[in-house]
Amino acid sequence: MKIAIVDYGAGNLPSVERALRGLGAETERAVEPGQLRAAKAIVLPGVGHFAAFVAGLRERNLTEPLRAAFQAGVPILGICLGLQAMFASSEEAPGDKGLGFFPEEVRALPTNVKSPHIGWNQVRRTQASVLLRGIPDDAYFYFAHSFAAPASAEPTVAACDHGFPFSAVIERGNLRGVQFHPEKSGETGAQVLRNFVESIQ
Amino acid sequence: MTLARRIIPCLDVDAGRVVKGIEFEGLRDMGDPAELGARYNREGADELVVLDISASVQGRATFLETIRRVAEQLNIPLTAGGGIRKMEDGRAVLRAGADKVTVNTAAVERPELISELSQQFGAQAVVLSLDVKRKGDSWEAYTRGGRDATGLDAAEWAAEAVSRGAGEILVTSIDRDGTCSGFDCELTAKIAATVPVPVIASGGASTFEDFLSVYTDGCADAALAASIFHQETRSISALKKFLAERGVPIRLSR
Repeated sequence: MKIAIVDYGAGNLPSVERALRGLGAETERAVEPGQLRAAKAIVLPGVGHFAAFVAGLRERNLTEPLRAAFQAGVPILGICLGLQAMFASSEEAPGDKGLGFFPEEVRALPTNVKSPHIGWNQVRRTQASVLLRGIPDDAYFYFAHSFAAPASAEPTVAACDHGFPFSAVIERGNLRGVQFHPEKSGETGAQVLRNFVESIQ
Repeated sequence: MTLARRIIPCLDVDAGRVVKGIEFEGLRDMGDPAELGARYNREGADELVVLDISASVQGRATFLETIRRVAEQLNIPLTAGGGIRKMEDGRAVLRAGADKVTVNTAAVERPELISELSQQFGAQAVVLSLDVKRKGDSWEAYTRGGRDATGLDAAEWAAEAVSRGAGEILVTSIDRDGTCSGFDCELTAKIAATVPVPVIASGGASTFEDFLSVYTDGCADAALAASIFHQETRSISALKKFLAERGVPIRLSR
């Protein structure tokens, strides 16, 4: 099954693409609404600013097709900012609306810890997780972010702590998301992507 | 659950080859960047830095090709820099496959460069490379590969860079660089106490104990070294084991 990687004009698309292809998955870069409407699975990668992300989607008319794909049950994996964009809003861009799949607001990491949270950290499973299948509890994942969704958000299946407990992995229905970068997280990250690819077949 | 301290090998690249500066000899060829990058990725490096030490305009295309070739070998983060003068240089480096870009000389000359890169690509993608020499009780920032004194206090400049959107500080002690006398832990502790972003220590690494000191006394979040890893005398995996046994939070590869 071909995976549509949303290309909204920024982001680390090539490394996500390379990682998925390395697992034998077929990918295409989705730049037009029609590609998302036809997609059987979608990856929403992301680095940068929340405002640039939602503007990039809007300018390419990709926001509504993404919402439609969510409604239609198409599997969607959000990575880093791609996970954050699934929430209603972010403190990074007050006034800008996210995709709104979940009602919470993405928050800034507090000032009592180093921000951005950059480096390899562990996660704590709070519910059974498809994406973390086969991965040991003490495994490390590569994070690089200054904002995060609270761990109390309903779809959280694994949390991480940096200033406050935040959502490291979300899973609900056809929606999946990781705050870390699986494409930069060595063999552990490759396993996360493999789990996603296997879950959509 | 702990944020691991990072070990970061650095490839100094000139005309598509990894080189090492040797006193009185000039540059010695240390190998192919993609091959070395692949080896470090396999050995458990937490990140890789690639620096264009020639930083010449003619060499840009070659350097971007090097980044592309190295990035293909990695499933860890890649930082690239050297000669980044403007926003478009940064974009080209990131497009070629780097996750972060380092800035130094051009940022001193025009600090707005940091703000522009940060607004476009996010603070997590912008690293201030800070080359410093000790000056009494403080440190002075240098540019142009350590040749030009700026008159800027290193800690003050680091703080300004962070306020403009730099997400990490890579601090290199020119005094220690290439001396194998250990990291300047006072320097990294000073910078770490000044800025609220991660600090990467560089310059002077020789022994495993040097790394232990820079994470403990030096309060560094990450430590960077070049030649000690290139020569295969000290492997990254052995270093990580050494640190983990001494209680440093380290990501051990499986």
